[in-house]
Amino acid sequence: MAERLAQLTTYRRLAGASIRARAQYRLTFALDFAAQFVAGLSDFLAILVIFHHLPQLGGWSLPEVAFLYGMAGISFALTDLWIGQLDTLGQMIRLGTFDVFLVRPLGSLFQVVASELQLKRLAKAGQAAAVLAYALANLHIAWSPARILMVAVAIGSGAAIFSGVWIAGSAISFWTTDVQEIVNSFTYGGSFLTSYPINIFGAWTRRLLAFVVPMAFVAYYPSLFILGKPDAVIGQPALAFASPLIAGLTLLAAAAVWRSGVRHYRSTGS
Amino acid sequence: MRAYWETAVRGYRRYATYRGATLAGAFTNTVFGVMRGYVLLALLEARPHVGGYDASDALTYVWLTQAMIMITYLWGWNELALRIVSGDVAVDLSRPIDFQGYWLAGDLGRALFHAIFRGIPPFLLGGLLFALHIPIDPRRWLAFIASLVLATVLSFSLRFIVNLSAFWLLDYRGILNVTTLTWTFLAGFVIPLNFLPEGPRAVLEALPFAGILQVPVDVFLGKRLGLDLLGALVFQAAWAAALLLAGRLLLAAAVRRLVVQGG
Amino acid sequence: MIEADDLRKTFTVYRRAGRLRRERRLVTAVDGVSFAVGPGEMVGYIGPNGAGKSTTIKMLTGILVPSSGKVSVAGLAPARRRTELARRIGVVFGNRSLLWWDLPLRDSFELLRHIYRVPAAQYRGRLAELGELLDLGPFMDTPVRQLSLGQRMRGELTAALLHAPKVLFLDEPTVGLDIVSKARVRDFLAELNRERGVTVLLTTHDLSDIERLCPRMVIIDHGKVLYDGGTVEIAARFGGERTLVVDLAESRPPLRLARGSVVRTDGPRQWIKFRSDETTAATLIAAVSEQAQLVDLSIEEPSIEEVVRRVYTGEAVPA
Repeated sequence: MAERLAQLTTYRRLAGASIRARAQYRLTFALDFAAQFVAGLSDFLAILVIFHHLPQLGGWSLPEVAFLYGMAGISFALTDLWIGQLDTLGQMIRLGTFDVFLVRPLGSLFQVVASELQLKRLAKAGQAAAVLAYALANLHIAWSPARILMVAVAIGSGAAIFSGVWIAGSAISFWTTDVQEIVNSFTYGGSFLTSYPINIFGAWTRRLLAFVVPMAFVAYYPSLFILGKPDAVIGQPALAFASPLIAGLTLLAAAAVWRSGVRHYRSTGS
Repeated sequence: MRAYWETAVRGYRRYATYRGATLAGAFTNTVFGVMRGYVLLALLEARPHVGGYDASDALTYVWLTQAMIMITYLWGWNELALRIVSGDVAVDLSRPIDFQGYWLAGDLGRALFHAIFRGIPPFLLGGLLFALHIPIDPRRWLAFIASLVLATVLSFSLRFIVNLSAFWLLDYRGILNVTTLTWTFLAGFVIPLNFLPEGPRAVLEALPFAGILQVPVDVFLGKRLGLDLLGALVFQAAWAAALLLAGRLLLAAAVRRLVVQGG
Repeated sequence: MIEADDLRKTFTVYRRAGRLRRERRLVTAVDGVSFAVGPGEMVGYIGPNGAGKSTTIKMLTGILVPSSGKVSVAGLAPARRRTELARRIGVVFGNRSLLWWDLPLRDSFELLRHIYRVPAAQYRGRLAELGELLDLGPFMDTPVRQLSLGQRMRGELTAALLHAPKVLFLDEPTVGLDIVSKARVRDFLAELNRERGVTVLLTTHDLSDIERLCPRMVIIDHGKVLYDGGTVEIAARFGGERTLVVDLAESRPPLRLARGSVVRTDGPRQWIKFRSDETTAATLIAAVSEQAQLVDLSIEEPSIEEVVRRVYTGEAVPA
């Protein structure tokens, strides 16, 4: 316990240092912040344009899709905020700076993640939260303690699932450093996918997403439960309660992939 | 002329060395193509015609833009900015070859590489997975290729201007990120421009960004024929010429500043 | 402090052969290296590029897991107990920074204090001491990216020593430094080793570092140890060529000698090269005085640089 607490302090220090370093480039930071906002906005504009032609997409109304989008967006932005630095792992390995982490008395994943906080993602989180607020104002949700709890559980589990996928994907860099883009298709691709009702995707894609890369548990099942919608395709709204479990399993699997990646790196040095 | 040719060849070869990255990128293009395809399909299954597109047109739009995004290279080109920041640009400026032409030639070489390895494979895969609308008239293909080349030049002219900002702002990355993400929407990558409500649609279709993705796609789909086709190509060429000129003026100002301040 | 016993590291490399085929090849970067460094020793670990130096260092610091053989550093097996080992060793990479690029030096040290959990009082004491020895005062509050290379290296050394490691690994610590900065770093290392008994393994291409600092050196090439012994003794051991410089009473054609040959003449001065395993300086001087009148003489020893170069190129084999 004391050990965990000490790690938390170290994390706070390292993350704080990255913020102070970033703060020296104010203009870039402001523009990055704006860029994140624009990116989020343009994704949501696409949804608005679709609903300009339709009352419902795959059986979901605009406020319902906005709810889904907001939940998934917040989970994703939080994940990116604390873990997005993993995108540079391949570069760290190529330049040899990853070695520096291995001669320090801390876990390597911890150090990579703590080396930079992607503060600009707060803009994306804010934009997603605004969309969620719009959804809540326009939906008439029959709130119950279970549903309220599920909002928090879903955002947390969603962030954990995204984190697991991100960690496991980035660990590919330990075997080969030039396939960063494949990782993008799971991380940023996952973000795109979870913003839409999963039932609009083809059967084959859907199964892959629900059970192999468990993106369906990020926002889709929890939203079904909170909005009281039936699942037309796979499983039940009750699957929402499996989200934390799936999140835990994803993180465990990710940790195993990371460890085996580091083991490979330390035996090949590549 | 020979120098420009050599530069273009080098531009091509430079990218040919990253095999793993190319394969990974093509994979990602495909994954996003599948997802974007299903979203628009969901829309067009409910409403068979939107903005003059049927389902097959919309899917073709998705896979074609996925293929073209790397050819027109809207995302994150910072080679010139890097050379400005490092000061190496002085070497480029002292070459006995037109500066803008030199970079354009290199970019066209790069575009050819990306067309072959990042454009065609995902598009073919898309064709296997979805029912796409592929023209058989060779004249249509010729028109499309002309439009694609113009789109690349147009995109280059914009990227050139944004990269030049590094002369004034050492920290050019922020500008690059904001413009890139804005263009992505304005060019019609996120949603086809003809799906937009009338007002915004008219504005965006008049801006140069439409010439980067939307116009070539419409040429491919045969939405622009005869005089209208000519109009489309003139639209692209005129914007490209104007922006290339703007880039030259900006470059001249930057060089004057460089000479006065001695870097 | 450091023990390596029959240490080996084999990599699999893939090479493109033709359009699609890849060729698999095994490369042995470190091929049965054994040496031991005692507490308080300062040893130079040298070899040409690609000799296996950094692979060895990576195995000793716990970055790489050996293919076979035994390693022990500060009483620990590096690969298996990486984080424990990290507290007992310090590492400086000449070409990779341990510091935070955009932050003042002081902030980097403060962060390292937390990473290594150095108690506050000890940290203050050590920082004061190291700061004085390396004269960090003037740039403690400067962001690392604005430091000169020499200043940065002084910062790196401090960063590696804040947790009072028993063993210090230095990988090219003087690369790119000017003469003054180099001298400063060397003086510091000598003092550190002398006063605090820190064990040091130093990798460098600058042999004057070794001459100045390390009584002992280990030379490796192609993954094998070529020499392990005194830095001064290497010349004798490898049968180096020495040069006898004689000033004669008058200019004359090159002397003819049984063992040793004149390699250069300049007026009355002649340079005679000889091998110490074939003849002695005394015999040679006697032979010279038989032929001409000797006014003055001196003996030039081969530079260590020259000897090591000959070891690398295989011209010299152990006598």
